[in-house]
Amino acid sequence: MDKKLSVPINRDDASALQAGDYVLLTGTIYTARDAAHKRMQETLDAGGELPFDIKDNVIYYMGPSPAREGRPIGSAGPTTASRMDKYTPVLLDMGMGAMIGKGKRSPAVKEAIVRNGSVYFAAVGGAGAILSKRILSSEVIAYDDLGTEAIRRLEIKDFPVVVVIDSRGNDLYETAVNEFRTI
Amino acid sequence: MCIEANHFLSPDMRRVFEKAVSEEKSPLGRQILGQLQENLQIAGEDMIPICQDTGMAVVFLKIGQDVHVEGGSLRKAVDEGVRQGYIEGYLRKSVVGDPLERVNTKDNTPAVLHTEIVDGDQIEITVAPKGFGSENMSRVFMLKPADGIEGVKEAILTAVRDAGPNACPPMVVGVGIGGTFEKCALMAKHALTRDLSEESPVPYVRKLEKEMLEKINGLGIGPGGLGGTVTALAVNIETYPTHIAGLPVAVNICCHVNRHARRVI
Repeated sequence: MDKKLSVPINRDDASALQAGDYVLLTGTIYTARDAAHKRMQETLDAGGELPFDIKDNVIYYMGPSPAREGRPIGSAGPTTASRMDKYTPVLLDMGMGAMIGKGKRSPAVKEAIVRNGSVYFAAVGGAGAILSKRILSSEVIAYDDLGTEAIRRLEIKDFPVVVVIDSRGNDLYETAVNEFRTI
Repeated sequence: MCIEANHFLSPDMRRVFEKAVSEEKSPLGRQILGQLQENLQIAGEDMIPICQDTGMAVVFLKIGQDVHVEGGSLRKAVDEGVRQGYIEGYLRKSVVGDPLERVNTKDNTPAVLHTEIVDGDQIEITVAPKGFGSENMSRVFMLKPADGIEGVKEAILTAVRDAGPNACPPMVVGVGIGGTFEKCALMAKHALTRDLSEESPVPYVRKLEKEMLEKINGLGIGPGGLGGTVTALAVNIETYPTHIAGLPVAVNICCHVNRHARRVI
């Protein structure tokens, strides 16, 4: 039975999730990938404020393809999360609710997830067309000059993700692979 | 051709997908493969790129030696095709003009162009947009002759194991064995464009491709890296003569969106 959850996500809801849960997310999330993370970090280093309130909010590591006329967004699947590892612990310590991406995370990110009772979701990589259908609206809210890498606010409905790292530090990429490994 | 490759996979890719669904033992893995098949259907029907990473355009030109190109620069013509395809096709512009200054060129040019002079009076064009989730996980190994075929097998498995969920499995694995440092990398890339229903003409390579596919699928990585028995859809290997002192091996990993369009003019 698929779980349904609303986003932003509070610590209680995030902590209740377990690695391996298939979850449908509905609500508001923000996109940011390499260049936007770099700029957010530079903003924080200079004592500035982030372009959106990070508390309980979910960052989706994604840079879409351009939208055709009449559509909110183009293809919109996850990018590899590990490239954002360098910037992630700070954001988690500031209260970020969760992240959506694909691929492994660093030990430092895992520790920050556990320390903050957060969660890391994976969306299916390379399924950008089907995922775009679960995005109702998209608006650039910062760093417009970065093109596909700008920060966007997305309204999503029943957006399918899998819990990969839960708040206890369980990592589905490790446990599930062991289950099917024969060599 | 850029637009075609980013919205429709070739029939051989669709066939290996169907085979994967029938063979995958993990229920979550089957669910993900089902999602990917539905994704392909939506991409074609609604003209939404299969993946948002519509790649850097890799272009192979096999130019017949009797062909004379007139009316301007062939290099510029290739880039102009990429520019038009990526703008008119609503494809993502993912190329920065300098690797360290990192300013987007806003039209996905330049292409990565590989030309080869062959016999004949035609030009074969292959456009293979390459996403970087999987490109980042690709490797070159400069093995020693003494490492032999076992060393090659271990190199392929190491690359795939390290790639894991980052490379959007189930993957297609292109391998180049022999040549020089750059030749083996180019062969690995070119191997990804070979029709998956075609086998290598070299008997021992054919056997190695089959064996490596089985071994890779034994790694347990599975669809989406969430565990399963289908980690790779195919392994394509190319070989070339090499130096008495070396055994170069390149492993170019591609995600399940192994895109290429081909025309002969």
